[in-house]
Amino acid sequence: MRVALFVPCYIDQFYPEVARATLTLLERLGCRVVVPLAQTCCGQPLANAGFAEQARPVMSHFVQVFAPYDYIVAPSGSCVFHVRYHLEADEAAAVRHVQQHTYELCQFLHEVLQVDQIPARFPHRVAVHDSCHGLRGLGLGRPSERLLPAWSLVRNLLRQVEGLELVEPSRPDECCGFGGTFAVEEAAVSVRMGQDRLADFLQAGAEVVASTDMSCLMHLEGLARRQGVPLRFMHVAEILAGRS
Amino acid sequence: MFFELPVVDHARQAEQFLKEADRAGWHDALLWQVRLKRDRAAAEVPEWEELRRLASDIKAHTLAHLDRYLEQFEAQARANGIQVHWARDAAAHNRVVHELLAAHGVRRVVKSKSMLTEECGLNPYLEAHGIEVVDTDLGEYIMQLLRQPPSHIVTPAIHLRREEVARLFCEKLGVPEHLPPEALVQVARQVLRQKFLEAEAAITGVNFAVAETGTLVICTNEGNADLGMHLAPMHIAVMGIEKLIPRLIDLGVFLRLLARSATGQPLTVYTTHIGRPRPGQTVHVILVDNGRSRRLGMPRFWTVLKCIRCGACMNTCPVYRRSGGYSYGATVPGPIGAILMPGYEPSRYRALPYASSLCGSCREVCPVQIDIDEQLYAWRQELGARYASRPKRLAMRLAVWVLRSSKRYRWAGRLLRWSLRSLPRRIVYGSWNVWGRTRELPRVPRQSFLEWYRERMGTTVD
Repeated sequence: MRVALFVPCYIDQFYPEVARATLTLLERLGCRVVVPLAQTCCGQPLANAGFAEQARPVMSHFVQVFAPYDYIVAPSGSCVFHVRYHLEADEAAAVRHVQQHTYELCQFLHEVLQVDQIPARFPHRVAVHDSCHGLRGLGLGRPSERLLPAWSLVRNLLRQVEGLELVEPSRPDECCGFGGTFAVEEAAVSVRMGQDRLADFLQAGAEVVASTDMSCLMHLEGLARRQGVPLRFMHVAEILAGRS
Repeated sequence: MFFELPVVDHARQAEQFLKEADRAGWHDALLWQVRLKRDRAAAEVPEWEELRRLASDIKAHTLAHLDRYLEQFEAQARANGIQVHWARDAAAHNRVVHELLAAHGVRRVVKSKSMLTEECGLNPYLEAHGIEVVDTDLGEYIMQLLRQPPSHIVTPAIHLRREEVARLFCEKLGVPEHLPPEALVQVARQVLRQKFLEAEAAITGVNFAVAETGTLVICTNEGNADLGMHLAPMHIAVMGIEKLIPRLIDLGVFLRLLARSATGQPLTVYTTHIGRPRPGQTVHVILVDNGRSRRLGMPRFWTVLKCIRCGACMNTCPVYRRSGGYSYGATVPGPIGAILMPGYEPSRYRALPYASSLCGSCREVCPVQIDIDEQLYAWRQELGARYASRPKRLAMRLAVWVLRSSKRYRWAGRLLRWSLRSLPRRIVYGSWNVWGRTRELPRVPRQSFLEWYRERMGTTVD
């Protein structure tokens, strides 16, 4: 199975270990992974700021880079949400192909690879921070607002990891307050949301906060480090790939 | 007279709100409790999600045939003996109300909850014409004593603590200080009872108007609407034209959703149907457009008219809970206000679509399935480039120029990482760095992933 790895720009620049973990994990699960070196950014930060029209060349570039592949996988719910629902470029057929074949990593493991055994060990108390775009945008689980049977794709994967204990914050899926440019344009609210989230993870007894999105974790970790909050932050891919 | 009001700066208002950290925490926790009540009440209805879909479909259908249903409603209501008036805008609405009151020499009016009268600024208008208007919903009464607008569309005084209400009653009504909530309610009850008895007319809002029967439905918890309209010889009901539903049988769908979504109650305490005037009473209904038909013509934004004003999106919104209703500077605050208000005054309300992390919780609680987060995104596309500051526009152009080329992206990334690693902390965390005021930046690696991968390819493949 030929899979193109879509590395969101901020992961490429700031969290290469997350992309490496994703690569390792996919290869271990039998995928032939290609990393298109011409990739840059999906255009999400610009589009969410209200500049989708202006960002069309960026999105066009994205489509050109990824159109040749059967599957496109990224360790980010947020970027995948953007690609699936907000991608705008002229090449209609290519856009549609890319939209229909781009997967968030956990979604890909679940829907396409149908993984039911993860050979990893992580003897820690982990709280999942559901990214809003992953949870409510891509449907990686049941959001707490919906009156449907509870399920969570990310937790289902983490439960396969040996020694890992899941703990839950009191507000199951409240936003961390990152929100892209929101984090600086509405800094006061953004920071308060993050602080409240951290407090909730702490009272839940978490040692590690895991998420499908490094952008949420960049915000939470940034706050935690500044304030000396004793929590570790890891992308789900790192845990599934067996990092400790 | 027409004048331009100042642009709403949500971020700044929110920052002010959050300066009182404990109070902000209290506000957040209080509204979160309302959200949890909603969750529990909704969980009692096994077909909750189907109800939401049905409600959305009924509203969409009604709005698509609004002309027909409005005329049907008008004919039926008239046949029932209700007098029907039309108002194109807020000014016309206020004028019609005043003319009706003036024609009967009315000087004293009791009013029950109506966001439409807030939208139209009815109270100050009538007061300027020498008519006393008393808001009889307890929360609205408190806000009227304070001479401030509601901060929430369902719970107008939710942002006030009980001690503050006690102090207000002491100041304005001359009762002893530090009364407990039960005593405060009794005080309000006594004051308002007198107002009810003296009132020559009652003004109410409308929750639903049934086209098939020409009846009005009003949902309240305090019975104040009922007392007002049953005592006064004249009842004026005011409603936006989007309040229609086609048939009486449709009403159940909305009643089951409304109170559960709003406050977690299975139903409001009173659900009042107004069919025909009682002997000796006149009933008027004013159908108000005030921008609604224009909104109906906006392909991307018309579904905001499905809103039944339950306020669930406010209670669940992590931003609203931490910034308060006033930070939106709008009659309707919160997520729904943020997609509603820019349609009326885009320039004034251009910041509101950005007062959101786009978490989408509002869409999931909305009982009529309005895609609020997607409309926030769409409003950003309408307003972002149009009103952006010069530096922001330039930054966006620069970003596009960099990100459309893999080569430029590579070099820009390298430069960025080098700067963050090599420059002294006082520069990296200078005053320009809004992020860094409260948060650390990520630890920056020497090599990007793509650089590492290129190297690996170079050694293993080539």
